[in-house]
Amino acid sequence: MKEQHAVEQFLYQQAELLDNKRWQDWIDLFAPEGIYWMPPDRSYKTWDGQPAIFAEDKNLMEVRMRRVLHPDAWSQRPLWETNHVVSNVQIKNAGKNLVVRSRFHMMELRRDDVRHFAGSYEHHLKKTKSGYQIKLQRVDMANAQAAYDYVLQVWV
Amino acid sequence: MLDPNRMVEPDRVRREVYTDADIFALEMERIHEKVWIYCGHETQVPKAGDYYTVQIGRQPMIMVRGADGKVNVLYNRCPHRGNMICGDRKGSTGEQFRCSYHAWTFQLDGKLKNIPMKDAYDGTRYGKDNPDCSMKRAARVENYRGFVFASLSSSGPSLKEFLGKSIVAFDDMCDRAPEGEVEVVPNCFRVIQHSNWKLFLENQLDALHPSVVHQSTGRAAHEVEKILAKKAKGGAAPLSYHMLSAFATVTIDKWDDFQTINYPYGHCVLTGYMGLRPQDPDTKAYDKIMIKAYGQKRFEEIIGVNIHHVLVYPGLSVQSPLQQLRAVRPLGVDRTLTEIWHFRLKGAPEAIYRRSLAYYNLVNSPATLINADDLENFWKCHQGLSSDGGDWVSLARHLGRDLSKGDEVSSAPGMGTSEAPMRNQMKAWAEYMK
Repeated sequence: MKEQHAVEQFLYQQAELLDNKRWQDWIDLFAPEGIYWMPPDRSYKTWDGQPAIFAEDKNLMEVRMRRVLHPDAWSQRPLWETNHVVSNVQIKNAGKNLVVRSRFHMMELRRDDVRHFAGSYEHHLKKTKSGYQIKLQRVDMANAQAAYDYVLQVWV
Repeated sequence: MLDPNRMVEPDRVRREVYTDADIFALEMERIHEKVWIYCGHETQVPKAGDYYTVQIGRQPMIMVRGADGKVNVLYNRCPHRGNMICGDRKGSTGEQFRCSYHAWTFQLDGKLKNIPMKDAYDGTRYGKDNPDCSMKRAARVENYRGFVFASLSSSGPSLKEFLGKSIVAFDDMCDRAPEGEVEVVPNCFRVIQHSNWKLFLENQLDALHPSVVHQSTGRAAHEVEKILAKKAKGGAAPLSYHMLSAFATVTIDKWDDFQTINYPYGHCVLTGYMGLRPQDPDTKAYDKIMIKAYGQKRFEEIIGVNIHHVLVYPGLSVQSPLQQLRAVRPLGVDRTLTEIWHFRLKGAPEAIYRRSLAYYNLVNSPATLINADDLENFWKCHQGLSSDGGDWVSLARHLGRDLSKGDEVSSAPGMGTSEAPMRNQMKAWAEYMK
């Protein structure tokens, strides 16, 4: 029960960081070798050497962050906000190689338009003295195979 | 309705070319539903019965592998009551098509196979002998080195005549494979933009825009690239960072050093490739295999082809040195779908596949670090063109300074940002729309 509560708090905190655009704090949740991965299809088994919507190590995360913060990132100029809700948190593998599955809903506002995304997270976590670190976060979008109306700018 | 013959001038174009719904309907009829349109690569449908649906102009079509191994392109429509035959985007239909409404069945080449309880048609015009009871086929289908095109018009130039020198897009891609062939990586990224289809095509060869539009990503990648190179102690960051940073390090004035070569029918090549001849171990290993396959002389010819993008008007943008392409499908006057594919060079080392894969993921995925800002501009452009704030779009950059040779028009040396490609596309457009 204690672990269940702790991982839930960790996932809520990660969503909170995204919605508050605290990009560096969000990146810091990843282990040094951590990967953020969004496959184009649920059937994919690995991020490595495959087409991927996102397959980013911390260096690429930093590129994305620096881009988003650049004053000439034109697509970032208009008003935009996100709101995540994370739920259905299940510990799939306890112990050292902690695997946690959850579901999310995200609404995104861009100018006057609202988009809605949903899907599942799979977090592979390791425990450190300062708390959990993400070794791998897999994000399966329910609409992964549908055409994207416009694109994704930051992590979901 | 506006007269399309009076909408294009040498240095400018009427805004309705991009925004008028009647013009859009007319260009679907006179351009997309007549000329050669890219359907897909034959390796998307390896086995008999494998199919992909594809939109040609306003026509929903099916690209399907036939029992004889040939790739057919059929209208996605049952001749009985008009029901769509394939409701999924892709799949396998097995040995036949079977309509989900009244179970008419068809061969993989579209020919009628059976009608349930067909005695009911005795004495009518309907039955096996009436070709109108088969699925309609695209008027013409041609396959060039695995790339399948269809034309919905029985007249017009052959595919090779139509492509002319833009055929280099497919030769360059295939020749870079030690086995002389490519195969599709089985994933299609699909992104919708809220703007007219022509804005995408014009942007592809607009050498002035990258350093303005993609500055943010170029800078960000360059900063991280420098940190990584420092950490690697004399080594270099992965080439993918260079592919991104070039958008900023190639400054606005340097883009004039590139060149565009414009061909008949609106096609165009933009020269210059980011990191054309890197000298890392992966490239050297690849070079060795290539030399073994082709010999030194032919290898030098192949690897020396200087291409950034090839535009096959009106619907295909090919980045042959990176083995990827974007097919442009107009959905409406202000909505356009791009279908983005990556290809594997047969016989090339895994590292070469991974290098171009990095570009595919970073630049062309739905989480693109590059196209996001293009799409923002396309939308803004379409909004602005819909206004009464002005009637004309200017395409005058370096007008009068381009070099003509036969039916080719090139940007002059040091004038690579000439708007010659847009003028060339509009020239073809006006010709088609007559």
